[in-house]
Amino acid sequence: MSDQSEGSGGNGRPQKKELVEVEAVAIRFAGDSGDGMQLTGDRFSNASAIAGNDLRTFPDFPAEIRAPVGTLAGVSAFQINFSSDDIHTPGDALDVLVAMNPAAMKANIEDLKRGGTLIANTDNFTKKNFQKAEIESNPLEDEELRNKYNVIEVNITGLTRNALSDLKLKSNLADRCKNFFALGLAFWMYSRPMEQTKDWIKEKFGSRSEIVEANTRALESGYYFGENAEIMVNQYRVNEATYPEGKYRNISGNVAVAYGFIAAAKKLGLKLFWGAYPITPASDVLHELSKHKNFGVYTFQAEDEIAASSATLGAAYAGALGVTCSSGPGIALKSEAVGLAVMTELPMVILNVQRAGPSTGLPTKTEQADLLMAMYGRNSESPIPIVAAKTPSDCYFAAIEASRIAVKYMTPVMLLSDGYLANGSEPWLLPSYCDLPEMTVKHHDDPKNFVPYGRDPETLARPWAIPGTTGLQHRIGGIEKQDGTGNVSYDPANHEHMVITRAEKVARIANDIPPAEILGEKSGKVLVVGWGGTFGAIAAAVEALQARGASVSHVHLTHLNPFPKNFKEVLESFEKVIVPELNLGQLIKIIRSEFVIDVVGYNKVQGKPFKVSEIITKIEELL
Amino acid sequence: MGIQAKSNGVGLKLSRKDFQSDQTVRWCPGCGDYAILAGVQRILPELGMPKENFVFVGGIGCAARFPYYMDTFGFHTIHGRAPAVATGIKVTQPELSVWVISGDGDALSIGGNHLIHAMRRNIGIKILLFNNRIYGLTKGQYSPTSQVGSKTKSTPAGSIDYPIHPISLAVGAECTFIARTVDRDQKHMAEILSAVAKHEGTAFVEILQNCIVFNDGVWHEYTEKGLKEQNVLYLEEGKPLVYGPEADRKSVRLHDFRPEFVEEGSPGATVHRTDDEEGTYVHMLSRLESEGGPVPLGIFRDIQRPAYEALLGDQVTSAMEGGGDDVDALLASGDTWDHKN
Repeated sequence: MSDQSEGSGGNGRPQKKELVEVEAVAIRFAGDSGDGMQLTGDRFSNASAIAGNDLRTFPDFPAEIRAPVGTLAGVSAFQINFSSDDIHTPGDALDVLVAMNPAAMKANIEDLKRGGTLIANTDNFTKKNFQKAEIESNPLEDEELRNKYNVIEVNITGLTRNALSDLKLKSNLADRCKNFFALGLAFWMYSRPMEQTKDWIKEKFGSRSEIVEANTRALESGYYFGENAEIMVNQYRVNEATYPEGKYRNISGNVAVAYGFIAAAKKLGLKLFWGAYPITPASDVLHELSKHKNFGVYTFQAEDEIAASSATLGAAYAGALGVTCSSGPGIALKSEAVGLAVMTELPMVILNVQRAGPSTGLPTKTEQADLLMAMYGRNSESPIPIVAAKTPSDCYFAAIEASRIAVKYMTPVMLLSDGYLANGSEPWLLPSYCDLPEMTVKHHDDPKNFVPYGRDPETLARPWAIPGTTGLQHRIGGIEKQDGTGNVSYDPANHEHMVITRAEKVARIANDIPPAEILGEKSGKVLVVGWGGTFGAIAAAVEALQARGASVSHVHLTHLNPFPKNFKEVLESFEKVIVPELNLGQLIKIIRSEFVIDVVGYNKVQGKPFKVSEIITKIEELL
Repeated sequence: MGIQAKSNGVGLKLSRKDFQSDQTVRWCPGCGDYAILAGVQRILPELGMPKENFVFVGGIGCAARFPYYMDTFGFHTIHGRAPAVATGIKVTQPELSVWVISGDGDALSIGGNHLIHAMRRNIGIKILLFNNRIYGLTKGQYSPTSQVGSKTKSTPAGSIDYPIHPISLAVGAECTFIARTVDRDQKHMAEILSAVAKHEGTAFVEILQNCIVFNDGVWHEYTEKGLKEQNVLYLEEGKPLVYGPEADRKSVRLHDFRPEFVEEGSPGATVHRTDDEEGTYVHMLSRLESEGGPVPLGIFRDIQRPAYEALLGDQVTSAMEGGGDDVDALLASGDTWDHKN
């Protein structure tokens, strides 16, 4: 590729454009909910992945499907951070903000770096839209704004209409192509090829040839506008990142988790039963799995969350790998069925794609405030193992691990994901199915000396004796069991014995999980302990500080109940421990009560992930 | 991958006793539940299926303890959720005979949602609703089927909410098999339960059951000699709707979409049919007693529609035949790229 490209300006004058190499870029597309910003972001991510960049994405959209056009409530955005180097997060601050209307600009401008580029669709910067965005005058005319940012005004709607004029589309249909114009412009700015997206348009809108033509033309028009218009000065290149060679794809947490359960069920030789009720941000997992029935996947959209979990438990009782999936408010409704799974010692996985709460909260925003609910959110003494995924692609492995524990120990397992992992994406070096650890499970089939609550001496698991097996007829239920026979028992001593046994069974899982891995020095001044979707931000912050020579290490827990066996020792190897969490300090409470070790919290509950800089600042205070 | 029942029951000879578990039955002496338990244990051997292919699922309540007393697979679950648990069992192992045992509080109050959705899906489970118009296990509060004015522990001044009508509800929920019987009539119950056992899709039976402690005699007018003759209409396929003592036989006929109760032999008597797909007739039938008529016992409706588990199973089977199960190919679906440094 040459360093400079010749273009001819819109006014016919030839013009030289610089091709500037940059290491990393964070770009955000923001517009109305109906503007197709999620799709634009998704296509830009794919193009960047194919161009060989490392990347992380962060879709951020409102809970309302179509809030009134032009209002702040309706702003939908998609952020991509792409780099020629290793990155862990979608980026703290933006290099480029594409704002399709004043509301989108107002809602996002604070995240734009000083000197960053604002691309504004001037066609939407009208008096009416200023009112809707609660802005008094045209912000693009503000001197301060122009001093602070590189403002590029483009009449995107008008240019799109012009480009499509001879197609004789209805104007609202033509206007809906403007996101492809914006995408084309971004493609030009960052030297991205258009081919894959053109193919994608063909595949997506195949039968509607006029839409294929319109979107393709809008995309090209945006690209050529960049090439030709005088206001577009620089073109940038972000080189390929150096990361392990192999076959990659972009993966979001919700898709990865669905694939993980498919792989787990296949490894175990079980049917996969998926009981779910639609809820943001977990519904996509149900959508994904319902497409893959060829793997023996039985998806059941239940009448409510309670039925979803109850049917899942029924399926587990009948011998399937049963998974029920929801988000916080739905998980609350499942508690009783999970309690029954604890009592009847049946394997099931409860996937909680956490969102900001309490109650309905901020349905499309992320949070990790359901840890204590996962730990304690059932009546009486009902411990269950907890596994948490740390990155979008890690959701695949976390699903497999949760399934492994559930069937091996005959226990319900809570798997925690969150909105950020669910919708965010990253390139994924495709793992081979063969390389997954072998997992086996056997439904009990020997009537000789069969007792429903006979236990494996090592794991304390009871046999999985499923209906239809000759000679194994037995009765289980929510009433306390006599250990061994499983008969109803009101004996006080037996009850205490069973409570202790159920707790011990979960505690023994610690013998069967990897030790906590320390990223960095094995001892030192500060240890940062994280769990779940904060991995990227914490890892980036710790790596940056380590590069400056700071004595700081990172432990990211994937098993939260029980903890890895070496966890206490690890905590004690550092002078100070800090726990950043997107809640008011939940892991801290557990660490304090378990180990009587004081740790420092760093907490944020804004429905947004951590910025790397925020964590760096906080750690620096302790160094 | 499939879970197969381990025996097919060919040539199997079982007796009522084979279905009795070793657990002590703990219902109150004289409870109507005993008769229903005996009735179920009596008909199961006739089906020629091995014991391990039966699963009894209960929710919470007196009736819901039923599974403990059957020498089959049994699952005593949580309040109201038995139809949902049974749905998961049936989908996973469609060859099993799955029975839900529930009471009026369990099925119609806390579990109302699961009941109607099980019925509309036509999942192949059998739901026996023991209706005694009272909460027994919690010691005597009014239930969703208690008549207005019922004086109970929680309604000392009389209940003020209108009762639900289980059969009408089943019609509204598109249930494909709907019947009613009574704990005191073993012969009738056996006929109904045999039909239930054979139905594919959801079979719903309201069993009028006496709670001897908290609501004794609630169904007397349908069970006692001298009363039941005037108040009960036995439904028989292809026969006119007739009832009443020998001396005063009456028939039911429809006029302007409403039932009329006329002397037997009057022209236009309605002939009972269980194949009412559309539901207007069966709904009318479900409301006879509200119109001042008798309470029908027997099969209200028995129609065939594909069962949920069969349709879902078909989707999975045809996907498996066409799709393959290569996880590596799944992961590599969509846009991929080969990265070289």
